[in-house]
Amino acid sequence: MTETAPLAPGRSLWSDAWARLRANRAASLSALYLLLMALCCGIGPFVVPNDYTTIHQSYTKVPPRLSAYPTPEMIGPALDQVAKRARVEIRDWHETGGEITATLTAPRGVDDRAARYFDRSDLFDGATITPGAEVTTATLTARVERKWFLFGTDANGRDLLARTLVAGRVSLAIGLMAGLVAVVIGVLYGATSGFIGGKVDEAMMRVVDILYSLPFIFFVIMLVVFFGRNFLLTFLAVGAVMWLDMARIVRGQTLALKRLEFVQAAEALGVSRAGILRRHILPNLLGPVIIYMTLLVPTVIIMESFLSYLGLGVQEPMSSWGVLISQGAKNIPHANWLLAFPALFLISTLFALNFIGDGLRDALDPRDR
Amino acid sequence: MTTPILELRDIHVRFATLDGAVEAVRGVSFSIRRGETVAVVGESGSGKSQIMMGVMGLLAQNGRITGIAEFHGMNLIGLPRRALNRIRGERIAMIFQEPMTSLDPLFPIGAQLIEPLCHHQGLSRKAAHARAIELLQLVQIPEPERRMAAYPHELSGGQRQRVMIAMAISNNPELLIADEPTTALDVTIQAEILTLLRDLQERLGMAILFITHDLHVVRRIADRVVVMRRGEKVEEGPVETVFATPQNAYTRALIDAEPEGRKPPVALDAPVVLEVRDAAVTFGRRRRLFQPAEPGFRAVNGLSLTLRRGETIGIVGESGSGKSTLARAILRLLPATGTIRLHGRAIEDLAPRALLPLRRDMQVVMQDPFGSLSPRMTAGQIVAEGLLVHHPAMSAAERDRAAAEALTECQFDPALRNRYPHEFSGGQRQRIAIARALVLKPSIIVLDEPTSALDRQVQKQIVDLLRRLQAEHGLSYLFISHDLAVVRALSDRIMVLKSGELVEAGPCAEVIGAPKQDYTRRLVQAALLG
Repeated sequence: MTETAPLAPGRSLWSDAWARLRANRAASLSALYLLLMALCCGIGPFVVPNDYTTIHQSYTKVPPRLSAYPTPEMIGPALDQVAKRARVEIRDWHETGGEITATLTAPRGVDDRAARYFDRSDLFDGATITPGAEVTTATLTARVERKWFLFGTDANGRDLLARTLVAGRVSLAIGLMAGLVAVVIGVLYGATSGFIGGKVDEAMMRVVDILYSLPFIFFVIMLVVFFGRNFLLTFLAVGAVMWLDMARIVRGQTLALKRLEFVQAAEALGVSRAGILRRHILPNLLGPVIIYMTLLVPTVIIMESFLSYLGLGVQEPMSSWGVLISQGAKNIPHANWLLAFPALFLISTLFALNFIGDGLRDALDPRDR
Repeated sequence: MTTPILELRDIHVRFATLDGAVEAVRGVSFSIRRGETVAVVGESGSGKSQIMMGVMGLLAQNGRITGIAEFHGMNLIGLPRRALNRIRGERIAMIFQEPMTSLDPLFPIGAQLIEPLCHHQGLSRKAAHARAIELLQLVQIPEPERRMAAYPHELSGGQRQRVMIAMAISNNPELLIADEPTTALDVTIQAEILTLLRDLQERLGMAILFITHDLHVVRRIADRVVVMRRGEKVEEGPVETVFATPQNAYTRALIDAEPEGRKPPVALDAPVVLEVRDAAVTFGRRRRLFQPAEPGFRAVNGLSLTLRRGETIGIVGESGSGKSTLARAILRLLPATGTIRLHGRAIEDLAPRALLPLRRDMQVVMQDPFGSLSPRMTAGQIVAEGLLVHHPAMSAAERDRAAAEALTECQFDPALRNRYPHEFSGGQRQRIAIARALVLKPSIIVLDEPTSALDRQVQKQIVDLLRRLQAEHGLSYLFISHDLAVVRALSDRIMVLKSGELVEAGPCAEVIGAPKQDYTRRLVQAALLG
């Protein structure tokens, strides 16, 4: 019987783990939530009504509101303010269906150019001035510009929703990228060190020890001093520190794996060292590595927040959840939404990541069947 | 006839798994009387351990037990934990298979013995200390006063099992449950532990429930035997009756599962395929920074052997005798001194690259069918891996076909080759491991205890398979085992090792039939062949 036998479906460790992960409701909900969060942060800034860089001078620190700004009681003071700047006086005004009609007076007559002052305001648009019956009066018509600030605005009048989503991009990207960098370097380094063993192992692990002993903040400050502030530096700095843990874990696992009989059997087959590393060691490391990575990502996000809090991370107008939280923390008494929303996003994301990590650990542990 | 102290009626054990509920035990009933030894026998997966684990409330999270287990008229099943704890350890004690993991490595055995004595019996520390020494004497541990301060890792496997027994009997239990207590031990130690248990039973008058897969053990220790298969009781009766006139076909198969037959001798002029002279392996000699070089430990000390085409050399000895180390040295998996000639060509100094083409000719099958296959590769990939190395020109389809052929030859359904190792039984896994060696068409296969982890019946099948493959392909085997029954069925010649040195060597029938050395005699006796 030499013909190729038909494929029989086998349930691999992975499909088994997948099935168990899906059976774990907390983990699968968390995965869904995380996906949604990534989508929101990725596409969101293009969809939300305001750009994250636009400064709305008339709307500094306005609280979150589900309906559009301006509120009716905001229009009067805003009109007065603009009128003052345009050196005109408002005698009376009324609003009908988003249209403002006001009667302006000025001692020396109302200049047409006063309309520009009204256009420049965030509240009004399309202002036109028609001369009135007397020389000193004129009629102003303008549309009320509707703006939505679902999360409110910050001290500079920037939309917090847009800012939070853009910040999420940075935080998630750093979490994933620095996590990935740490995993790639750590796994390769640790597996090589553990697998070769002997003097090479000792030398490689001493290098890790030396890097460990460098204070993290000192290291980051040095990088900033030499290369200047750069978004990529944050990746580099965080990744460069986080791979050390990974390398140690992977090395330990590799040392244990190396003694297992299937590795010796492969050696007896004549499989080269690279082949053993690729086909036998690395696939068997995947379990602990994936689990460690889900624990690593939250750590990295928090680390970036910490760096940004110190002013060593991302710079304005770019932002990250850590930056937003630090700004929010300063405004707690009078504008608590500045802290609440970014903190909610960060915490819920970290929660989801931890649930996924827990779920993966359970799903990949064959003893738990 | 005394009344039973433990009576099990209609015990069911179910496990909830991803694939639905699995019923491990289906309605088993039996009883144990005071001072009696009952053996529960069955192959792995027959549910023999799960019954008592269930009764003692030690099932895994997803397990559930139903039925009635009356201990002196009190049903243990469904008893609250607190009430169960009063019975567990005090009136029913357990010993397990693995003595290393059952003891806490961080405390000396004295402390581990004294603690429960103070706790359960309310003895003062001084009284408990005296009692602990008495217990160690009872289980025949030499120099008990000194041993009290020893940590588990300082004791041998047999001694650890003795300590476990001492802990189990410390509260004078009425029933001792022994779950494969000798499986992890060497044959000679096994015999000693069995004698000890029988001795203790006579002295203390407790009942023993002995769970095992090994019928030899049953015959030696038990009064009655319960044979289990796939969660059901197939036969029960006094040991002599069951062994003399088994009623059930399965029981008969279990009794007959002794590896049979002898190997036909090879011609004296058969070409020599492997020659080893003065092989020696030293461990632990590594130069550390700022420290003088340590002398190291000689695991193999000047061993020589000559293997002819079609011949099998059995290498036997207790664990630690250096037999596996010798095999690894010959396979050049360990640094060793001495000469190794493969087909007349010296290979001991070859660089890994030069050795590579020769590796094809000398393959290995390892002991642990669970550890020797990578859990992340399918059976087909595992078998085909050697081809990837030695025949890189082969296409994937050709490799797959060759792997399927090798699997078929090992009586393994090639349709299953896309499954992963954890889905197979021990016997199936060992067939995969043999196919992995066979696919390269080697002339020598080193078999490092290939049958030790398997049930008797599966062992017999693997022995038959190995014998057939040898006849068909003219293979030479180096067969390493501590099990003389299997060695006798397969080998032409036998080498007996102890502490890395040769004790005795000669033709199979001679060494087993008329051992010259004391050590060999002990091994043979323990294996129940004498």
